[in-house]
Parts: sequence; C-alpha cells; structure tokens
Amino acid sequence: MGADSKNQDGILSAHVCLEIDRWVAKFPEGKQRSALIGALQAAQHQNKGFLNDELMAAVADYLDLPVIQVYEVATFYSMFETKAVGRHSISVCTNISCMLNGCDRIVDHLEKKLGIRTGESTADGKFYLKQEEECLAACDGAPMMMIDHVYYENLSPDKVDSILDGLE
Amino acid sequence: MSEDFVNIEIDGVPTTARKGQMIIQVTDEQRVYVPRFCYHEKLTVAANCRMCLVEVENAPKPLPACATPVADGMKVFTRSEYARGAQKAVMEFLLINHPLDCPICDQGGECELQDLAMGYGKDSSRFTERKRVVKDKNIGPLISTDMTRCIQCTRCTRFTEEIAGFQELGTIGRGETMQISTYIGKTVDHELSGNVIDLCPVGALNNKPFRFRARSWEMQQVPLVSPHDCTGANLFGHVLRGKLLRVVPRTNEAINETWISDRDRYACYGIYASDRVEQPLVKSKGEWREASWEDALARAAAGLKKISTEKGPGQIGMLASPNSTLEEFHLYSRLADGLGTKNIDHRLRQTDFSDQDADPVYPWLGTDIAGLEKLDAALIVGSNLRNEVPLLAHRIRKAAVAGAGISFLNPREYRYLFPVAAYLVANDLAGELAALVAAAEGGKSANAEQRKIIASLNDGTAGMILLGHLAQRHPAWAGIRALAAKLAGLTGVSLGYIPDGGNAVAGCLAGVLPHRDAGGKSTADAGLDAHAMLASNLSAYLLLGCEPEFDCANGEAARKSLAAADLVVAIGSFASDTMKEYADVILPIGSYAESPGTYVNAEGRWQSVTAAAAPVGQSRPAWKVLRVLGNLLDLDGFDYQDSQQVRDELAEILGQIGPDNAYHGDYEHADAAGGAGEAHDVPMYRTDAIVRRSRPLQETEQESPASPAVVSF
Repeated sequence: MGADSKNQDGILSAHVCLEIDRWVAKFPEGKQRSALIGALQAAQHQNKGFLNDELMAAVADYLDLPVIQVYEVATFYSMFETKAVGRHSISVCTNISCMLNGCDRIVDHLEKKLGIRTGESTADGKFYLKQEEECLAACDGAPMMMIDHVYYENLSPDKVDSILDGLE
Repeated sequence: MSEDFVNIEIDGVPTTARKGQMIIQVTDEQRVYVPRFCYHEKLTVAANCRMCLVEVENAPKPLPACATPVADGMKVFTRSEYARGAQKAVMEFLLINHPLDCPICDQGGECELQDLAMGYGKDSSRFTERKRVVKDKNIGPLISTDMTRCIQCTRCTRFTEEIAGFQELGTIGRGETMQISTYIGKTVDHELSGNVIDLCPVGALNNKPFRFRARSWEMQQVPLVSPHDCTGANLFGHVLRGKLLRVVPRTNEAINETWISDRDRYACYGIYASDRVEQPLVKSKGEWREASWEDALARAAAGLKKISTEKGPGQIGMLASPNSTLEEFHLYSRLADGLGTKNIDHRLRQTDFSDQDADPVYPWLGTDIAGLEKLDAALIVGSNLRNEVPLLAHRIRKAAVAGAGISFLNPREYRYLFPVAAYLVANDLAGELAALVAAAEGGKSANAEQRKIIASLNDGTAGMILLGHLAQRHPAWAGIRALAAKLAGLTGVSLGYIPDGGNAVAGCLAGVLPHRDAGGKSTADAGLDAHAMLASNLSAYLLLGCEPEFDCANGEAARKSLAAADLVVAIGSFASDTMKEYADVILPIGSYAESPGTYVNAEGRWQSVTAAAAPVGQSRPAWKVLRVLGNLLDLDGFDYQDSQQVRDELAEILGQIGPDNAYHGDYEHADAAGGAGEAHDVPMYRTDAIVRRSRPLQETEQESPASPAVVSF
C-alpha cells in the first residue's frame, strides 16, 4: 500500500496520502478498512469540509475497499458531509445544559445573521450552519458552539458576531 | 457424550447439539420453526431484525436464536408466552414503517413478512405517525426496487459481500433514515446478483422484467434444468396459462445450492422474442411462406434425400447446439447414421480437432461440483471463469477464500473477486504450459510465478488442473491439453474440463461427434468436424437449435458457407433475418422450457425434466420433429412413444460408462504446439440463441450495445 501504486490520478493530495498511510500502519495488514474514518477525515479536510463522489472513490481505491463501504461510513457519521457545504462549519450545541443556558437564542441569532436555516450554507460558501446531533461535552461553558473543530464557550449574540467577523 | 456435543432442551424436548451451533440451527434441525428475517443459513449472522427472539431459561431477557450459541443444559422455549410476546413486539416495530401495499406488491403471496405478520402481527397498528418513505433506486435492468418496503435485514448487502465477493449494496445513513443503496449512481452488476431477489424477505427487491406480470398463487411451479451452462443448475419455472413468466432457483446442495446465475434467471425472457417461429416456414423462389408441418417436413426430407443420392451423403453436414437435450442428441446422431453421413458435431466453438481421438468419452469436470470447494490447489487454464460458469466460479471462490491456492493461465487478466495465488497472462497458452512443465521437471529457468504454481500443485492434496472454454477454443488446443495432462501427471493432480455448452457431455455420450458413435466408440470413417464442415462448403446443412453465425468459432465464415449451400434446414426456435437469408426450411421447436429432456452436467449427472410451458404456436419439441424426420426418411426404429423411451434406449447403449479424463493421447502434440493464435471469448450474455434474445440481460452493464458478438484478442 503506497502512494505510488494508488491514487494514480492524483485526486488525494500527498499530505492526505501520508495521513492515510499513517492510519493504515496502526492496524494489522489486510485490516486497512479500519483506517477508513481517518482517511475520510483527511480527505474531507483537503476539500474544505465536505466529501464528494470523486474523493470517496479515491479513498476506496486507495484503501482497496468496495466504494459502497466508504459511502456507508461517510453517510453514517454526522462528522462527514457528503453534500457541498460552506467552508466554516458551525455547530451550536443544543443539548440539555446549553438549552438551559439559552442556546436557542444563539441559534436564532446565527440564522438571522447568516440568513440561512440550520442545515444550510450561505450563498457565498463561507458558512455552514450544521445540525449538531450530540452534546459537545463543554457543559461548563454553556451555551457553546464549535467552529472548524474549535470550541467557543459562554456565548452571547455579541460574542458570536465578533467570532464570525474574525473568520476569513 | 463426546466433548463436541452439548445437551439442550427445546420446548421441553431434550436434544443434543454441536458446540458452537446457534440456537436457530438446532431448532431448524429439529424442525421447530423460529420466525426470522435477517438470518439465512448461507450468510453470516447479523442479528438485526430481532424476529427470532426466544426465551432461554435463566436469561434476563429474550435472546436472538440466530446469534446465541448453545450451551450445555440450556433450556430454550420458542413458543412460550414470553417468547411469543417478544416476537410479536418485534413484528409491531417492523410494521411501523412498512407500507400496507401488499395488493400491488409482487411479493404478495410469497412474502416472508406477510406470512409472519399473519402469525405475529396485530390487527391494527397503535402508531399514528407518518410512515417513513424511501426513494426507489435504479440498480439496473434486472432488479426492481421499492425501498419503502425494506425492513433493513441486510441479507442483500451480506450476499454481495460474502457470496458474490464484491460488495455492491450497502446500508447508508443511520437511524430512521438508514436505507439500502448502491454507491451513487451505480448498478448491481455481479453475475449472481439476482439472488438478492430470493433473499429479500419483503418486496423491496424484486424481479424487474417480471414486475406486475402475475400473482404468485396464479402460477404453476414446474422443475427445470438450466441449459445455459454446464453446471446444470436446478430451476423452477413459474408458468401462467402455458407461458413461462419467471425462473427461480430450486435448491440442490450438490449443484447450485440455493443460488442461480443471472443468465439462468433472466434468459427465459428471450424465449418469447419477436423473431420466435410459430409456424413451419419454407422458402420458395426466395420468398418465405408459412407451411404446414407435413409440407415443411416433406420438403426437408426430400431435399436431404436428393442431396444424398445426387451428391453423396458426405455432402450433408449436421450441427447441433451444445445446449440440446440428450434425447435430441441421440435422435440427431441416429438421423446422421440413417442419412449415411458422419459430418455431425456439437463442438461449435472449438477450432483444433487434431487430437480428438484422444478425447475422453466425455470430458468432464474431474470432480463433483461440491468437490470444487474442497480443492486446495488448482491451475485454471484458459477460462473466463465467472462468465463461463458463474456457479462453479462461486464454488472455486469458496475454496480460494478458505485458503486454496488458485492460479490462472489466461490470454488476459480477468477479475475474480477472490485471492489468486498466481496469474500468468499469455496468448500462447501452450508455450506457458510448456514452461510450467519444464519447471515441474526441475528446470532452473522458471520465474517466481511459475515456481509458485508448481509448488502449490505439488503441495496440494486435492489439486486440479481445469481446462476452460478459452483453452478448448484455442487453435493450439491439442498441445494445451497434452501439456496440461503432462503437468497434471508430474504434479500428481487430476485433470478436469469445463464442458463448453449446457449439455456438451450429453452430446459426447450420444455420439454427436464426427469420429465417434454413442458411448465413445470410434467410427471407421471419421466425418468432418464442426469447423471443417463450415470450411468445406457442403451442399446441405442441418442445424439443431443453433445459429452458426453466433454460435460457431468463425461466425462470418459459417454464415457464408450456409448461404452458399443448396439446402439449409434449420430446426430451431427463432428465425433471425440472417437465418432467413441462408435457410430454406425452418422447423419451429420448443425451447428448453417447452420440451421434455435430459441434461448431463459437467460432473456427469443426468437430470431429466418434463416440459414446463406450452410450445409457442405450432412449434413442437425437437425430439418429435426428429422422430418424424426419421420416419419420412424411411429409417428404422424411429417409432418412439415418448422422450423417455429415447433416453432409455441411449442409456442401454451406454451401459456403465464412467467418467475418465485420463489422457491417452500422444505427447508429441505438445511439441507441435505453439503460436499465439486466437482464443474466442464470448460475452456472458451472448452464449446461446435464447440468452442473446433476453432483453434484460442485453441491457446489463456487461452488454453495452457496442460490444461485438465475439471478442477476440
């Protein structure tokens, strides 16, 4: 398994290939299916936040898996996007602690500010307001949100404005 | 009681079970029915439908019988109030989202969910929420989808992964939105894919060409044997008012297990093609007209007699489809005797006959079909295995997955979906075999792949060299066979053939060969083989069930020879435009579904079936047509009452002929061998007249319209 024999059309970047190799090396030979989640994360990152047909096929090819197995995993986990989304992924935690501390106000504010509903992306492709499924485990800082894997806690609408304005 | 067994009790009845067995396997053996959807004896255990919940004493909750191994002293209750309660609760869940569209569902009447809902379902649902709706997918021309009906048992996905060997279907999404799908925009293309229809316990996956054609309870179920390849797969034909509407597998563990190939399943839609002949046809002054059977048969008999007396019986050539029945072969061979010609053959795609005298009485597989699974080493020479014999390929795949070293020597690399020990690619099959023989004799020049093959054959206790269709059609066949036999001898493995055609073994037994009579007896004067017949521009040709322009090695040359002949009598089910150009008389016969007959498969197993469907129009079973033709030619002993009598007569002639592939030829053929030559690979869905006319098969991915009838390389 190496970058020389696979990924011949160069869809995956050299960095992603290295990252996948690193994951594959963690598992016994022939168990490269176990490296799939790591591989998909790397591929999604390369593509600024979402997977597409071409990338999933390239990952399947690279790991020598049937492409449907890649699709199964990509559609199962909420951290993978299989449709085009904005490049900054915003997840507002709406589980119990955040709910008690007014996360609804934060969601409303974001929706108004960005002009989109939860689950949608802005027309300029900058922001994606993701439907977060689970508690993000930062209850002590509720209400909170996660943007591109970074936690922002003790939110207020003003604070949200300044965070968003700070993003490119 | 040995260590391998445990004592358990099922519904109060003590019994013994093997360690490691699941409860459901034991209850099945004891004929105690436990309801199930996801469990299937040929697939791995998923335990995701939960329908098979049973009560086990001292267990804190009901346990799935399919995923609970037996333990000593276990007391299982499959029908206690507690167990029934659990099963009923699961059924209630399964029905939450299942549409109540049984009246318009093809599965209605043969549906596992419908059947079990009768026993375990409630009269009315407690759920008032909206049902889940899932979009249907187009997964190809063979399988229709109604995914809203799916209960996510995942039998189909497990089938594609475990049996087919390449996962094409998967479960996408999660929770309530989980659904069965192919990858974005893909179809299901595997040659065994149709089996997911039978596996699907509901109406989510169904037979697409059969859609809305009939209800299951209206049809009659009649046993058939597939004539499309030498496996002899057991089928059931489902017949409505004399018409064959669909084909499903008939379980036979020794042959096809519970599977059939897509070719076996969907070829039947070619039977009623638009160029099916319903009435005898004769050509006079270049114009075709419908004729009575008397006219047409008299014209055929008179024509043959005329050629025989004026030009000699040696000017008559007789070709037969290798898918004809044993009875048809026997009568055809007797007809040749009566006409005084030995120009008769069923080996239509073979080109090298130089060593035919060394052929076994009937070249056979060399093992029974189930034995293929137990091989631990095999070299398969000249075979596009999955195309040629999908079900035998499945058996060999099982051996390979279990660790057997399966190697190939082929003109090009095919995809096998199992671990291949070594792969040699060369057009010059004989040359490569010669190198392998040299390696086996201790030659030093062998390369790594060659050494690997020799080592695996030497080490194997159940090893085999299998000669496929491409080898048998190769211009250097005699050399290939001699070398393969030599290699088999050197490495101590057996030699097997994959007979080319559904009933080729019967063709050999019945003497539809230019150099032999029935039972393999050599004839004094050998006639012309199939290839020579078409190359020598004979005056008259008799065709049985074949279209030489597609079924012979060199189709174009065959067509020209036929067009130049004075008389061509075609006994067949179809009249293509090409056939109408070269033929003079067309005698319509019943297809395999409309004729009684016997098929002898690759392992030499005789299987007789009766006619399932009514012959179309005026067509008659071929054995009857040949009988009358024999009578009109004033031949003795053509007064058979039924086809069984024909079979019994041949069986008596054959006596006790056993299978024997031992090579009695001359190894000097090996020296004469060589040259790359051309091997003909016929696409999977172009192999015979019926398959070629099956619209669903022609619409599959393998058969893009651009692909030529015969691929050569």
